[in-house]
Amino acid sequence: MHIVVCIKQVPDSAQIRIHPVTNTIMRQGVPAIVNPYDMFALEEALRVRDRLGGGKVTVLTMGPPTAEAALRKSLSLGADDAVLLTDRLFAGSDTLATSFALSQAILRLSEQEPVDIVFTGKQTIDGDTAQVGPGIATRLNLNLLTYVAKIEKVDPEAGSIRVHRRAEGGVQVLEAPMPCLITLLEGVNTLRHGSMPDMFRAARTQITRWGREDAGIDDPTRIGLKGSPTVVTKVFAPKPTAEPATQLEVAGRSPADVAADLVERLFDDSGDLERLLLRQAG
Amino acid sequence: MNANTENARPKGRRFQLDPKFEAYKGVWVFVEQERGEVHPVSWELLGEGRKLADQLGAVLGAVILGGGEEEALADALEKACEEAIGFGADLVYLATGEVLADYRNETYTSALTDLVNTHKPEILMLGATTLGRDLAGSVATTLGTGLTADCTELDIDPETRSLMATRPTFGGSLLCTIQTLNYRPQMATVRPRVMAMPAVDPARSGEIVRSGFGMSEDDVLAKVLEFIPDEAREGAQLPYAEIIVSGGLGMGKPENFKLLFDLAGVLGAEVGASRPVIQAGWVEADRQVGQTGKTVRPRLYIAAGISGAVQHRVGMEGSDVIVAINSDPQAPIFDFATYGIVGDAVQIVPALTEAFRKRLAVTRAAS
Ligand SMILES: Cc1cc2nc3c(=O)[nH]c(=O)nc-3n(C[C@H](O)[C@H](O)[C@H](O)COP(=O)(O)OP(=O)(O)OC[C@H]3O[C@@H](n4cnc5c(N)ncnc54)[C@H](O)[C@@H]3O)c2cc1C
Ligand SMILES: Nc1ncnc2c1ncn2[C@@H]1O[C@H](COP(=O)(O)O)[C@@H](O)[C@H]1O
Repeated sequence: MHIVVCIKQVPDSAQIRIHPVTNTIMRQGVPAIVNPYDMFALEEALRVRDRLGGGKVTVLTMGPPTAEAALRKSLSLGADDAVLLTDRLFAGSDTLATSFALSQAILRLSEQEPVDIVFTGKQTIDGDTAQVGPGIATRLNLNLLTYVAKIEKVDPEAGSIRVHRRAEGGVQVLEAPMPCLITLLEGVNTLRHGSMPDMFRAARTQITRWGREDAGIDDPTRIGLKGSPTVVTKVFAPKPTAEPATQLEVAGRSPADVAADLVERLFDDSGDLERLLLRQAG
Repeated sequence: MNANTENARPKGRRFQLDPKFEAYKGVWVFVEQERGEVHPVSWELLGEGRKLADQLGAVLGAVILGGGEEEALADALEKACEEAIGFGADLVYLATGEVLADYRNETYTSALTDLVNTHKPEILMLGATTLGRDLAGSVATTLGTGLTADCTELDIDPETRSLMATRPTFGGSLLCTIQTLNYRPQMATVRPRVMAMPAVDPARSGEIVRSGFGMSEDDVLAKVLEFIPDEAREGAQLPYAEIIVSGGLGMGKPENFKLLFDLAGVLGAEVGASRPVIQAGWVEADRQVGQTGKTVRPRLYIAAGISGAVQHRVGMEGSDVIVAINSDPQAPIFDFATYGIVGDAVQIVPALTEAFRKRLAVTRAAS
């Protein structure tokens, strides 16, 4: 069983600041983290391998050379192998170009050892599109299983997998042949701690780096800005539309008085609201 | 979309639409239905699609995929077609087939791309639901075209006639406008409740174009073994709630959320929460409002002990009336709320529950 997990290194958006005058993103000093959603995918992949009592988990990322850190982290948690897809030509890729590059790399990995399952996270916190997974599956003609909450059964003999996926209004139980691509829901497992030997191995391993040609991409117009049909034409700050709140008088009044004041105002503003409340509460 | 927004292409570069795409005309909305029930986001998108189509002087089409044996289901699909027309569609493309009864990526991708390749719309919009996102990514990849996810604003660039899709980026602190200049159709997804629900006009007329989808069950690889419907829980209805009472970390401790449930009980409201509250496990995850939670648009949103960070704000600023209760007069939520109360939410919330209860009793007695 060969499992590939796609992970992405992203800026810790909690720490991104916007320059107050120029409205540009101040990236300096913003630490990079592994996209939190992808860690659930990694953990699930490791669990499938461990449950089957064997197999290989390869982590794959496309990004700048510094994204190596994300791969080392994955190795320290128990992943078997890691590939960094890095090339200046990949810069500026949108989801279509990204899924193309990743699927080419997965094809190469498959030549080394046939891939049975590809895992991705639900979405990234910077791209935030949830489209790269479906994109890879479509290109490689893998059965696409999105928003998977539980892997019920993996049957390598029959070459099939049974999963529970989150659908609108319920859970769909699906059985599909492998190879397949799974995008994993967040919060469905708890990330393990790395073992000592794995940590040493992660620190020592020489990470495989693939450029465009190593990944078997002959046509450079299919990656990076050239391979991206979407173009960002404008970046701007949200306009401060709203007026500040009308503050209710609180000094020297009891909570009950303030509350009664608010209810009066709400009902005076809109008779509709009163009718709605009567209906809802009725 | 380009994750790296700083790499935006230089302005002034010329774009010429490939002549093979010139035949692509009209705006389409994918109308999402499951077991005959249409997701309201589809109607919201038809409202938005109508505006775009009018701007382009183009036709608005709705696509409905479905099937199955039951007669009730067939009736529901017919009704959905009529409704789509009422919500603004000029044309409804209804494709039916046995394999379209349950949503599966494989069959729906194939059916939808077939329709697009046959009728060639210039814009295709889908709801950013679990189904819509799953489908949109595959269809865009199959067609090799651009897709912009989770748009909050859609407009037409008068110069190029192309779609300008605006979405938040970097956790909502900035907005970016994304265009697909050289490929068609231009695809976009929009989350539920981001666009307003249009008025329905039952007298509108339109045409229904029917087709059969011939794939047989033997050719489909993924099998649906079972569908386990969610228990009817309140939290799930958050996006369509008319009144929401939300709490943040300022509620102090999980037990204090009971005060919010009490108020919600009197108002017939749903309870929402900020992300840290979810992360701390005080309430269920599907109650989260904001950038990485639900977008809501109630008539009344009461925010208790919520600071009003931009990631929360983008999910609820479409509310008609916002009441903010916060002990800090400088809290950012007061910058955009309708009414502000500076005070301790733990005291104000129960007082509000009482005040609403009394007032409603009076109105009821009088009527
Ligand atoms: C990528 C990303 C995505 C995010 N997505 C979301 C999202 O979807 N939704 C979301 O909500 N957040 C989201 N966040 C988090 C967001 O940035 C804020 O951290 C969060 O909204 C703050 O929650 P809060 O207001 O409950 O807590 P705090 O910011 O801690 O604010 C608590 C407030 O309560 C007030 N308070 C304290 N005691 C009392 C009292 N007794 N009575 C009344 N008021 C009191 C305080 O003055 C303060 O204003 C996201 C962040 C990132 C980085
Ligand atoms: N550059 C990348 N390298 C590896 N995996 C990626 C990359 N970008 C996206 N992914 C995977 O695709 C998923 C969805 O990403 P997105 O479409 O950006 O929301 C992520 O959770 C990752 O698993």
